[in-house]
Amino acid sequence: MKVTVRELSVAYGALPVLDDVGLDVAPGEFVAIVGPSGCGKSTLFGALTGILDGATVTGEIAVDGGPVRGAPFGLMPQQDLLFPWRTVLDNTTIGLEVAGVGRRAARERARALFAPFGLAGFEDARPGELSGGMRQRAALLRTVVAGREVLLLDEPFGALDALTRTAMQDWLAAMRHDHGWTTVLITHDVREAALLADRVLIFSPRPATVVREVAVDVDRPRDRTDPRLAAVERELLAALRA
Amino acid sequence: MTRAALPGPVRRLWPAAALVAALLAGWQVAVTATGVRPQVLPSPLRVVEQGWAFRGQLWENTLPTLQTTLVGFAVSLAVAWTVAVAVDFSPWLRRALTPLLVASQTLPVVAIAPLLIIWFGFGLLPKVLVIALVTFFPVAVGLIEGFAATDRAATALLRSMGASPWQRFRLVRLPGALPRFFTALRIAITYAVTGAIFAEYVGARAGLGIFMQLQRNQFRTDLVLAAVGVTAVLSVTLFALTYLVQRAVTPWYSGDRR
Repeated sequence: MKVTVRELSVAYGALPVLDDVGLDVAPGEFVAIVGPSGCGKSTLFGALTGILDGATVTGEIAVDGGPVRGAPFGLMPQQDLLFPWRTVLDNTTIGLEVAGVGRRAARERARALFAPFGLAGFEDARPGELSGGMRQRAALLRTVVAGREVLLLDEPFGALDALTRTAMQDWLAAMRHDHGWTTVLITHDVREAALLADRVLIFSPRPATVVREVAVDVDRPRDRTDPRLAAVERELLAALRA
Repeated sequence: MTRAALPGPVRRLWPAAALVAALLAGWQVAVTATGVRPQVLPSPLRVVEQGWAFRGQLWENTLPTLQTTLVGFAVSLAVAWTVAVAVDFSPWLRRALTPLLVASQTLPVVAIAPLLIIWFGFGLLPKVLVIALVTFFPVAVGLIEGFAATDRAATALLRSMGASPWQRFRLVRLPGALPRFFTALRIAITYAVTGAIFAEYVGARAGLGIFMQLQRNQFRTDLVLAAVGVTAVLSVTLFALTYLVQRAVTPWYSGDRR
């Protein structure tokens, strides 16, 4: 599924947050967005999923050349937002439940993903019993199992310790490679962006606009010590400082 | 036996039991030493002894009080839930009802209760109204704030999934508000028994409230205190019951704090 964003501007009253943002995501592509904290990156996801209240949104968001129909975007927010009153399995089915899938069918679909997501055996655990990395994997599972065509990952590993984050990045790279998810990743970690993405967009400080686009022409599977990735990182950092 | 080897409930309750025992012992000693007349201050032993002697009457009056309390509290809960859910769904209702809710708490129950008796007689209704008046507010406020305390990011996540307002309420707002609800429930239920006693005090055919008034008029201070003791046991029991209900309804809440 192809996503096209043209001249997207978002303002809260007199406060502009996004200014003339353009974005193309090809089917199966992995696009990363990096930018300074608070620049409005998350607002882009809010505009895509149509959940911005009280904001003035102008511009065009198209999916496969037409207007957005149904709910093509699966959002994974910064916090894992696993609900303590549900088991891990029932947390992962919540998107399907909202979409009207029966409880048993939803559980079956989610259960099948527990092993590939490294969560086998934790179906009936409470979220509080999971480690930070497992919680993020459960949150991603919840997003993936909903079957949306484009994944929107909003700083998914931002709250993890460095070691866990590294492991999660490698894991996500492998999972994405196997499943071919169309993905947009928001991050403030240029190393993460270079390692995972096909293309990296750099946002300016607020009001955010795309100031630079960097292609990452490195074959997968990628080695995080690859000097070409280091070169991309330097380029990204230089553009962020400009 | 070391303290750690005591069973859980004993270990948790013995400090309170020891303190109560010490206070009662002090009271007993003071009454015996000063020789104060029992009409003024009976000793705890006398209260227990006379309470036991009049156990039939106490029991006959406890049942109506318990019934009034439970019916009144049930009505109060129903009203509180209805108001809180309605307010959660309608900002207009929130603005319309909030001042009324607060105003309901400024009503002097002491003045209102006799009027309720005049209007509705000596039956169950005026007592139920008194209990509802003193208990629904903490429950309604606990629920309203519990719903409103829902994480905005959780709401955003559910909306991105396409959840309707009702789905968001059922899946996130309601379960998220339950811990606050139970805190509010505990505050309210301690008011409920005293509310029932007070309503009976103002006017009733039977009940601990009217029993206390009759005994006081005959200077049976010991029996008044015996009824007070029964009231306390009733309140503490209902209070403890809320923990059992909470554990059954929200097992995750205590479970997460292990």
